[in-house]
Amino acid sequence: MLSFLGMDSLDQLFAHIPAAVRLSQGLDLPDGMSEPDVAEVFARFSAANQAKSPEMLCFAGAGAYDHEVPAVVKALAGRSEFVTAYTPYQPEVAQGVLQAIFEYQTMVSRLSGLPIANASLYDGSAALVEALNMASGATGRQRMLVSAGVHPHWRAVARTFAVGTGHEIVEVPLKDGVTDWGSVVAAGAAAVVGAYPNYLGVMEDMGGAKRLAVANEALFVLACDPVAAGVLKTAGQWGADVFVGEGQAFGTSVSFGGPYLGLFACSLELIRRLPGRIVGETVDSNDRRAFVTTLRAREQDIRREKATSNVCTNQTLMAVTAAIQLGWLGTYGLREVATRCAQGAHFLFDEVTKIKGVEPVSSQPFFREFAIRVPKKASKVLSRMADRGILGGLSDAALNAGGAMDAVANSERVILVSATERRTRSDIEQYVKALRKAVD
Amino acid sequence: MSSNALPGGRAASAPILGHEIEPTVFEMSVAGRSAYQLRTTGVPATPLDELVPAAHLNPEVVALAEVSERDLVAHYTRLTHRQFSVDLGAYPLGSCTMKYNPKFCDAVAADPGLNSVHPGAPAELTQGWLELLVTLEEKLCAVTGMAAATLQPSAGAAGELTGLLLMRAFHNANGDPRSRVLIPDSAHGTNPASVTLGGYEVTTIPSNDRGLVDLAALKAALGPDVAGIMLTNPNTVGLFEEEITEIAAAVHDAGGLLYYDGANLNAILGVVRPGDMGFDIVHMNLHKTFATPHGGGGPGAGPVAVSARLAQFLPGPKATRVEKDWYDWVKPAKSIGRVHAWHGNAMVLARALAYIEVHGGDGLTRVAQRAVLNANWLRSRLSATLPAAYDRVCMHECVLTAAPLKAKYGVRGLDVAKGLLEEGFHSPTVYFPLIVDEALMFEPTETESLQTLEALAEAIERIEKRASNDPESLHRAPQTTPVSRVDEARAARHLIPTEDAASR
Repeated sequence: MLSFLGMDSLDQLFAHIPAAVRLSQGLDLPDGMSEPDVAEVFARFSAANQAKSPEMLCFAGAGAYDHEVPAVVKALAGRSEFVTAYTPYQPEVAQGVLQAIFEYQTMVSRLSGLPIANASLYDGSAALVEALNMASGATGRQRMLVSAGVHPHWRAVARTFAVGTGHEIVEVPLKDGVTDWGSVVAAGAAAVVGAYPNYLGVMEDMGGAKRLAVANEALFVLACDPVAAGVLKTAGQWGADVFVGEGQAFGTSVSFGGPYLGLFACSLELIRRLPGRIVGETVDSNDRRAFVTTLRAREQDIRREKATSNVCTNQTLMAVTAAIQLGWLGTYGLREVATRCAQGAHFLFDEVTKIKGVEPVSSQPFFREFAIRVPKKASKVLSRMADRGILGGLSDAALNAGGAMDAVANSERVILVSATERRTRSDIEQYVKALRKAVD
Repeated sequence: MSSNALPGGRAASAPILGHEIEPTVFEMSVAGRSAYQLRTTGVPATPLDELVPAAHLNPEVVALAEVSERDLVAHYTRLTHRQFSVDLGAYPLGSCTMKYNPKFCDAVAADPGLNSVHPGAPAELTQGWLELLVTLEEKLCAVTGMAAATLQPSAGAAGELTGLLLMRAFHNANGDPRSRVLIPDSAHGTNPASVTLGGYEVTTIPSNDRGLVDLAALKAALGPDVAGIMLTNPNTVGLFEEEITEIAAAVHDAGGLLYYDGANLNAILGVVRPGDMGFDIVHMNLHKTFATPHGGGGPGAGPVAVSARLAQFLPGPKATRVEKDWYDWVKPAKSIGRVHAWHGNAMVLARALAYIEVHGGDGLTRVAQRAVLNANWLRSRLSATLPAAYDRVCMHECVLTAAPLKAKYGVRGLDVAKGLLEEGFHSPTVYFPLIVDEALMFEPTETESLQTLEALAEAIERIEKRASNDPESLHRAPQTTPVSRVDEARAARHLIPTEDAASR
């Protein structure tokens, strides 16, 4: 090949790079290893992770849930045509991905109760940030009223990006686990953002947030648990203009936090401001049904500095996985999963609150997750439970950065707990026993 | 070249079977069918309306599909037969680095010891993950010549925006807020969009007649209000910015920072490092350079590495080696905060580390050498058919032009791209960069063989012949694919984004 180019060394290909900046000794990295040798390295990483299944029973949630992912979903979502495709720029050879996304958009639209769903965003926090950008574009205003019931990490992400966009993030505190909308000045708001159920698991009446949004001509953005959306009122039924959510629960393992799936849906009026990609149905030149990414004129590669979002990649494989998982669950399977999560969480709640010194943080109705206050430091309690093979939930200190429980008082003694449909009665009884010992 | 060997990357025999439309999963739905099975838990089956107040329950049933597992498998398997992929054949999509994704890296990610770990579990129970992340950060810094990195950004564009917020934090901390960011006119569209979201104004710098940044125009645009410049090097035309040290000196002298868009990092692995060129902030697209599968459009991962003076601003909390063999989450002193809900696209990060460990320093250097060799071979091989926009040694990709075909036969770049689909190859990137007329950007990557490149060149020559004999047939192409040319205008005009809109 070199001789075809009239060259006799690979170095000649790089001769035009200034010698002053070129590496003379190569990279300061060891030489490559064989795959079996690298597998050993990874086996050590794996062994050093104690908080893994099945060794440790997972009762942690906070937007990352240990749901059943069946063999059939892994097999289909792992097919290499889905895994190793690029963004469907050439629709004639990308109908597989395009149709799967179209089906995904239909499912998200139905679960959100809103007519337009995009092809996905990075994760729930990214979906929230895009919703705020959309609200700013739609209203021309910068003031975002965000319930403290929205996931604290999502709010943190929103604050980070607000530095660039100039958004003012106003956090609305919780009172007994419910957003105290009356405690902040709503005038001039671009968005009113609630969470349903909220971070503490509480199902808030979202009517007040909706009225606040209408009165101030702001967008009403609702962050929903998409599993709960299988049985609870939809974002559309609460009057939301925008639905955002974390779609990890649909077929993706907890994965140490990523890649996850940002769910996004909105009303028809907002479609020209939709972030990310959207797939539409059309026909080919022989008048057969075909799918294609559409409304491309909104996107960054065409609008450049005038674009309202810089999203290029979305999270297609996770969206396809979600469509397959929801196809597997079907109408009644999703309802069953949602119901069992609620049953498991309530059974667990009833048992742990019998333990002396363990109290609920809120008296409000919850769905599949709840917060308890324990008599000792939460991180200590969780550490003792871990010794018994129980990942007992999430504490403020879990990420050593604080802020995970910023919405509640005495947060250092609070544990956020959830039980999915995978947790058996025996699992729950082990939890109760471990907690009783840990607080003793 | 073994003269009898046939190309591995030509998918003309591809199992792209379906020319009939595949029904949607909803069209296959039959009431009462189901595929799901859940654990027997023994948890009391309290009726939902006793657990949830009526005001919160949806009075309606949200309808999804109702299909059997057998039908579900058939449906999605048939959809995969209507989908091109790297595993099927060559994907010379310029700027996208669609190289083969080693299966080993996927096997690593399938380990429950990694993927069943909850992201909120405390550090003492997730030491393996923290060590993995710290190790990856160190390797990425070695590759780029930088001091520290964040692994949080979910994709390249998220990395860009993170980088711009780091730039902003740096200038603000110095009491020197600035308002403009310079971008060459050949830049990816994400660059100007990210600049706007970062709260800066874009100043576009023209390219010179060699396809490189016009240094004089750059110097004229610099001033005390310039926060920095975003550069892709090699740039989007596939050419190395030969005056990079002069560019870096000029920007630094004006108090600005240099941002390296790592979209084209594959070309320079082990050859030259962004840090040595003078860059202060570098994002990487792990799904390109380090071969994590692209998933049909994500997930990606877009770590951002920085020079020492910017390390204190990095997003946090950050996995950190706090003592020998012990790791914890630490927030950098002046962190800009979180840019991800958890720790980044962890399973993508794990795959990238596996790729780096298998290749090592020597293997990564070979990646760049072979990628550049392949691109130059293709550029040279096609020079009579599709001339290069800038005819000299390129890096990992070459921008060719279909302008002569358009002038002679009325066949455009898009027609060539569609013709290639019939030949069993994915198309190159069309009409980008914007500064080249009828641009066709080819990036063969290091993983395609000489036989495959030769077959690709011969396919393009057949397309040229078709252009001269029967240009109309190329306007109608492709016809052998699952669907023929798709009516994109109609999709936008009559928007049908869901099954429900279709039935309205």
